[in-house]
Amino acid sequence: MVDRIAILGGGTGGAVLANDLADRLAAEIDAGDVEVTLVNDGPDHVYKPVWLYVPFGQREPADGRRPLRELVDSRIDLVVDRVTGIDTGARELALRDAAGSLAYDYLAVATGSTLAPAEIPGLEAGGHDYYSESGAVALREELLSMTEGHLVLSVVGTPHMCPAAPLEFVFMADDWFRERGLREDVEITYTYPINRVHGNANIAEWARPLMDERDVGVETFFNAEAVDPDAGTIASMEGTELDYDLLVGVPPHRGVDVVAEADLGDRGWVDVDKHTLEAERAEGVYAIGDAATTGVPKAGSVAHYQAGVVARRIASEVRGRPATATYDGKTLCFIETGMDAASFVEFDYENPPSPAPPSEKLHWSKLAYNEAYWLTARGLL
Amino acid sequence: MTDIDIEPTDTVDARGAACPGPLMDLIGRVRSASPGDVILLLSDNEGSLTDVSEWVDETDNELLAVDETGDDYGFYVEVS
Repeated sequence: MVDRIAILGGGTGGAVLANDLADRLAAEIDAGDVEVTLVNDGPDHVYKPVWLYVPFGQREPADGRRPLRELVDSRIDLVVDRVTGIDTGARELALRDAAGSLAYDYLAVATGSTLAPAEIPGLEAGGHDYYSESGAVALREELLSMTEGHLVLSVVGTPHMCPAAPLEFVFMADDWFRERGLREDVEITYTYPINRVHGNANIAEWARPLMDERDVGVETFFNAEAVDPDAGTIASMEGTELDYDLLVGVPPHRGVDVVAEADLGDRGWVDVDKHTLEAERAEGVYAIGDAATTGVPKAGSVAHYQAGVVARRIASEVRGRPATATYDGKTLCFIETGMDAASFVEFDYENPPSPAPPSEKLHWSKLAYNEAYWLTARGLL
Repeated sequence: MTDIDIEPTDTVDARGAACPGPLMDLIGRVRSASPGDVILLLSDNEGSLTDVSEWVDETDNELLAVDETGDDYGFYVEVS
């Protein structure tokens, strides 16, 4: 009997998992005992961290795109199609274009995050973002033409992809305007939903003095309720209203509808055991990366490490051995603190982050990793 | 046993979530609630004791009661 493994989503988690399984189960796949299918709704793999640099004119969206077929081992069946239904009882996936369904014995959900700006009235019309290709390109036009006024970065929804990116954006914007001699004419304000500037208390404690030093205004307990694009204002549930000339919003995030419809969790995220990454509401299902509600950041490093854990668990199960690999919450993040300096954090479920002093070396390490990332996607790094 | 006699309109179970997850789950539910609704937030995170009360103080909502008698915390928040 053939063991069929389906991976839903070809982002960081899905690609790393596919390549890890191709390597780990090479003999079984070659013998026809195991089939691994990766389903993605487009032909390209997208590396989202590139988008942070697009508004500042440093990268192009194309720098973050490569064909999945070039990245994924030839032992993997790549299906470019959209999954329209997950039947966890029958263990089948319905596909939009293909005839028939795709049966699986093991399913890994790696469907990532989607943006839901429509949840906040006026945000789509009045706000810009760098959490999508189109958003980053549109924001670039606005930022390049901005010579004065009030730039407001509002973290509207959490959890969101790359929790450090809003801090990075304001630090980079501060430096970028400063280098161009415009900083005195551009006011920068950062808003965050809770009573500190980041969800993690250690990172918040580290970042706040830097923001004060750099004259980045801060509004905490600011949960955006509505944006008025005509008036150029953003109002919070707490009763604060800010005028803006350029609004950069981190929109509310959701998982994907097909996961929500399969009742694997709320808002399209999959409820999982945070150590085994097994879905809590279905048998034979794992979730990794943004799609999994583990409480750790929705970040590429998390998807990468979780993919390794799930690959080992599935390989053990295929071989009839107990699955012992577990995820310990490991997360790595570089945090840009300007255009030529960065910090670095590493933490897990037990050990909180302790941000490293910002340095040029860490900045170049981040840029170097962004290039070396393609080795990660290939399962080599 | 708790002696809190409040019938919530809705319950948000954020047990197991790390801070500020429980508060964000509460805020998310308040967004879609109607005035007068009472939301019960369940959290097993000690940080919620300060997070939730500080946030409610910033708004017109009201923290009716906090149940600290069991293994988890229960926050009863009335939406303004």
